[in-house]
Amino acid sequence: MGKRIGMENALAAAEAAALCRPDVIAAYPITPNTHIPEHLSDIVAEGRLDAEYICVESEHSAISACCGASGAGARTFTATSSQGLLYMQEVLPIVSAMRLPVIMAIGNRAVSGPINIWNDHSDIMYQRDTGWVSLFAANGQETVDMVIQAFKIGEHRDVMLPVNINLDGFQLTHVVEPIFMPDQEEVDRFLPPYKPFAQLHPDKPMSMGALGLPEIFSEAMRAKDEAILQSKKVVLDVWKEWEKQFGRRYEPIESYKTEGAEILLLTMGSMGETAEVAVDELRKDGMSVGLLKIKLWRPFPFEELRKAVRGAKALAVMDRALSVGGPGGPVFAEIRSALYGEPKKPRTLNFIIGLGGRDVQVGDFIKMAKKTASTKKVKPEDAYEIYGARE
Amino acid sequence: MTEKKWPETWQEVNPGCMVFRPGSASEYHTGSWRAKRPIWDNAKCIKCGVCYMYCPEGCITEDKEGFFGANLDYCKGCGICAHECWPAAITMVNEED
Amino acid sequence: MSTANLNPKKRFENFELYVPKLIEKKEYFGPGHRACQGCGEALAIRMMCKALGKDTVIANATGCMEVISSVYPTTAWSLPWIHVAFPNSAAVGSGVSAALKNLRRKGRIPDRYVKTVAIGGDGGTVDIGFQALSGAMERGHDMLYVCFDNEAYMNTGIQRSGATPFGSSTTTAPAGKASIGNKTWKKNVAEIMVEHGLPYVATACHSYPIDFMNKVKKARSIKGPSYIHCLSVCPTGWRSTSETCIKLGRLAVETGIFPLYEVEYGKYKITVDPPEKLRPVADYIKPQGRFRHLAPDQIKGIQERVLMEYNKLMNKVKHSKSWDELKAL
Repeated sequence: MGKRIGMENALAAAEAAALCRPDVIAAYPITPNTHIPEHLSDIVAEGRLDAEYICVESEHSAISACCGASGAGARTFTATSSQGLLYMQEVLPIVSAMRLPVIMAIGNRAVSGPINIWNDHSDIMYQRDTGWVSLFAANGQETVDMVIQAFKIGEHRDVMLPVNINLDGFQLTHVVEPIFMPDQEEVDRFLPPYKPFAQLHPDKPMSMGALGLPEIFSEAMRAKDEAILQSKKVVLDVWKEWEKQFGRRYEPIESYKTEGAEILLLTMGSMGETAEVAVDELRKDGMSVGLLKIKLWRPFPFEELRKAVRGAKALAVMDRALSVGGPGGPVFAEIRSALYGEPKKPRTLNFIIGLGGRDVQVGDFIKMAKKTASTKKVKPEDAYEIYGARE
Repeated sequence: MTEKKWPETWQEVNPGCMVFRPGSASEYHTGSWRAKRPIWDNAKCIKCGVCYMYCPEGCITEDKEGFFGANLDYCKGCGICAHECWPAAITMVNEED
Repeated sequence: MSTANLNPKKRFENFELYVPKLIEKKEYFGPGHRACQGCGEALAIRMMCKALGKDTVIANATGCMEVISSVYPTTAWSLPWIHVAFPNSAAVGSGVSAALKNLRRKGRIPDRYVKTVAIGGDGGTVDIGFQALSGAMERGHDMLYVCFDNEAYMNTGIQRSGATPFGSSTTTAPAGKASIGNKTWKKNVAEIMVEHGLPYVATACHSYPIDFMNKVKKARSIKGPSYIHCLSVCPTGWRSTSETCIKLGRLAVETGIFPLYEVEYGKYKITVDPPEKLRPVADYIKPQGRFRHLAPDQIKGIQERVLMEYNKLMNKVKHSKSWDELKAL
């Protein structure tokens, strides 16, 4: 039986990864996710986990070593943030194309320019097209749960794709929270040993990473696309199984007090918890407002989103990243795309908040909700607003 | 049985474009690249195997009697075997002849 | 053109002439690959695989050999093989080596030793792959790294690399009225690897196949990191004829430009004796089109530098002591 503990979320993520019995861990430290590889190396050094811990010399080599290890049939884990994630970007689409279930924890941090070590989502937003399944954790419990679920999702024979778990740097990684940590027996029951689809071994020689000429490239992409679309079904199944065994429920888009709500706020990551407090306060004041929290980012839950916003008059999308020179916030762009064909859709506003670790408070959510309520018509020029940037 | 040259549908592409048929490159016959081909004179051949050793294609094989010859499906006509042959038992002749 | 008169008596004494009959017959790197006619690198890989045997996993960097051998849906390899990207074959190899070690310990794969070999061209080793190589070797993974050095980025069209020799014309450092071509001397990666403290480092060439294959076998038996730098003649990039592939490799050794040696636990040893009097570098330079723009005084400059580098190595060989000998001093 697992037990309730108070632990820093990054250490908890490391403990959760260790419970999944990875065989090879290759990680390079970068603030704010450093505590994850550090704690994993502690666990290996203490002999609690039989794994090869490779202190690679860069993030690019970290993901490459994970590729090689996963190709040889090992369960692999790595962790990074921001610049490290961008450094390994060359290899990220290759991991998913090669169908290797590498699991990565990302402590979301702002992408440089100017260099900033604090939290925002810009690093993961650069990876939208890499073909990885992406989960967003809003608190420590979700982090632990999602790390364990990620292994099961990625290694499923219908998926065979890498998965990343996103937790806000500092806001989550360095925060101590009460977490119900499952024990080894429970995790072993949930997550069976890794049986790779194919592995590098002389008993059955095969080649991985072949050259794809134009004659087959489109077909290969279609196959990869199909895999990530099918992964949604597996994610839902794994979440159902999780609820059955552990009692905690997960949905691609979690609704908070949205029944009959006219105004909806939409968040991803830990700021959802702050938004919940704001929603409670606003409802006390009589505003008909609710909150949607996205947990499954890739593959994007189009169906669930359309269902969730049906009937609402206005939707405020809170982005923690900016698609520079593009359509505002990345989440906003996907939402607009999802709602494009809907005959009746809420008017949608976009607030870019919390960039580079700027604190987002209950008062900010209240202000944004009130602005959403009072904006009767959205002009294209007002399509997005970098909230809080001093004029 | 050789597989079709290109998988026709996307369902036929192996996951991750993995290739499970070791050595299947042999389905592609590089012999059409040749402009010259090697001819062995077994009277001069001393059966040393140096031509077999130096062939980049690995298409030179030993027959039952110990003499050597190139598999013309793959021989690209580079001429290394003729150049390295100690007793000069191999000559390169034009393909058209 | 035959090599029938090249020192047959000496070869006969060493029985090297008939050794081809004793080497492994299976073609782990089979025909049907799309390498150029007379490709030295393909030949070197073929030889390396024969020396490695069945229980090997290859991690290949992007380059000529990866592209010509693995055109989906076929592969020329009969060994387990993985290719990920250009700069990371050493990092991928580290992962494979760690995984094989761990899985064997846990009993998830059969209990026998499988060697991890990471290979790359000079681009993927000396330039873009240098960081991964240095990191992997420093971490001491049980892995052999073989660099197939054809002295330029051949796969992308003969561009200059860190291993391009002085004075050679490449497409990004071309010879012209205002330039001699490549203006820098070849990066000596083998010596850099010696300084990483590897138990075994060697240089080799496909023109000396028995020497090369023995070195591969020796490196395979080392339960730790090892490095082999194999000079591979590229007739396409060096603008030489396809049939002189082997001859040019021999000339590189006989002129002292690329001495074949090994460093075992710190002790240097020349494994193929060059002739007592080194041949002039002009013999090596003349058959290659990439050097055809060089004037006699430039060739003289190259000759001087080659001699200096050769003497530097010979000096190391003369005074070298193995690690055990150094401990006992």
